[in-house]
Amino acid sequence: MTDPRHPSADTASWFLSTARERLAGLLDPGSFTEFLPPTERVQSPHLVLFDLPAAFDDGMVVGRGRLGKRAVLVAAQEGQFMGGTFAEVSGAKLVGLLRAARDDAKLPRIVLLLLDSGGVRLQEGNAGELAVAEVMRAIVEARGYGVTVIALVGGRAGSFGGAGLTAATCSRIAISEQGRTGVSGPEVIETNKGVEEFDSQDKALVWSVTGGRNRRLLGGADAYAGDTVAGFRDAVLALIDRAPPFDLATLRSEQRRLADRIERLGACHSAVEMWVALGITEPQSIRNLDDTAFAEIVKSLRGAAYDAR
Amino acid sequence: MTLDEILSSLFPKGHDIDPRSDHLILGMGKRGNGGTVEVVGIADGEALGIEGVLPLARRVLDIVARGGKAPILVIVDTQGQLMSRRDEMLGLNEYLAHLAKCLLLASRSGHATVGLNYGKAVAGAFLATALATDVLVALPDAEPAVMDLPSMARVTKLPEDKLKELSQTTPVFAPGLAFMSAVGAVAQVWDPAKPLADQLEATLAAIPARDKRDVLGAERGGRPIAAQIARRVAHQASGDDYV
Repeated sequence: MTDPRHPSADTASWFLSTARERLAGLLDPGSFTEFLPPTERVQSPHLVLFDLPAAFDDGMVVGRGRLGKRAVLVAAQEGQFMGGTFAEVSGAKLVGLLRAARDDAKLPRIVLLLLDSGGVRLQEGNAGELAVAEVMRAIVEARGYGVTVIALVGGRAGSFGGAGLTAATCSRIAISEQGRTGVSGPEVIETNKGVEEFDSQDKALVWSVTGGRNRRLLGGADAYAGDTVAGFRDAVLALIDRAPPFDLATLRSEQRRLADRIERLGACHSAVEMWVALGITEPQSIRNLDDTAFAEIVKSLRGAAYDAR
Repeated sequence: MTLDEILSSLFPKGHDIDPRSDHLILGMGKRGNGGTVEVVGIADGEALGIEGVLPLARRVLDIVARGGKAPILVIVDTQGQLMSRRDEMLGLNEYLAHLAKCLLLASRSGHATVGLNYGKAVAGAFLATALATDVLVALPDAEPAVMDLPSMARVTKLPEDKLKELSQTTPVFAPGLAFMSAVGAVAQVWDPAKPLADQLEATLAAIPARDKRDVLGAERGGRPIAAQIARRVAHQASGDDYV
């Protein structure tokens, strides 16, 4: 539904928006309440040691609001501040939100994570790594109490390293064409293993490996969103009522899903080879299809529907 | 300590863990009280890729399916996640998260989980294994890290000398066991001169019910404000109900 006061909110690019712009457009107008807002000046005490500027929210916005009149808890990473990285303060804000969802049944039973992160902030690496471990545990514990946690991936920094693992710990993942996810980014692999292993300058290659369409085709994401606020809102609404429980049956199903992926696609040398193996007749066209045509292809694939996580 | 020495000291009554060509650790050890400890892990500094995850995760799921309360020991010496275009293409983040989720499920299902870091433990593979346990312990020559200092200097564009200097006083970022203990990731460092079996039993007798790593980090001064920030957010979310 378009809000007449914000005529552009629905069509604004998710990729280009800030964390706060995404939240403002995604949630019902005027419904957002922030916890530890910038006025409380909760910022990293460590960045000053590296002569780096801090931010009054440390690049993590947490709070509650409504989406289509349903109450939700939200966390949004600001990819333009230190790459949206997990650090002592940003990580603890997310941990606190998830633990509250776990412990307080009166809070909304839906948590939306607007991930936009290169992973752990190296200047606070130990705290960031540990924060990711705490976040993963808190997601699982909240899911165990019936909370649905949905990752939204479509920002500039993508969702890499610890953020890539965090996304895959959630009940559901929505991703856009511009959304990228993985563990080691292309530059890191190129630096460590050489340009023959992964040429990070080859944008088409990088997109085919880490990009949202490949993730959706393989079942690495559960919904495909257009690169707009409206696109992500629709994707979230489609996922919200069909989250898998966190139990043995779900994880056994995920084990089969991931084993099946290696069996069917493990010998492929490129994304195009994988798409052929999935039964896509014109794999070279995947990049050029519009969102609607791409969504039709996804519907026809077994792997994309087989989405236990 | 070598893996053989560790296993002998942990399980003087015997175990069935044999070296494997894929460097995974899979098996069972006998406890002094007649019970057993399930053991999974990764050895020899091997990198963890999608093929390594599946046997470990399957084993953990089988343990959960069988029921009972046997503890699970996760022994780790890994240089990190496998860096390969192919594994990333196939969704390595999902595989690593799956293993972590299986361990967290086991913990929720009544299996105490203990991580034991005896060599390297780095980045994504660290998150998927030892950091997904109830308690992480280490031996003194363990080298847990997010990234080594030279690589960190490259990524952050800060001089390595400056990072070395800062690492003396800033546990929040520098690699190594002392710093990972200070931030609360590593709960205890075991004494290799004493029987590891006794130290494992002592650890198993005091498994925390909740994740207290942020509180530990505050007590030890390595992560000064994470615990209070998490509590403040929860408090603002729940009002005065949150204790």
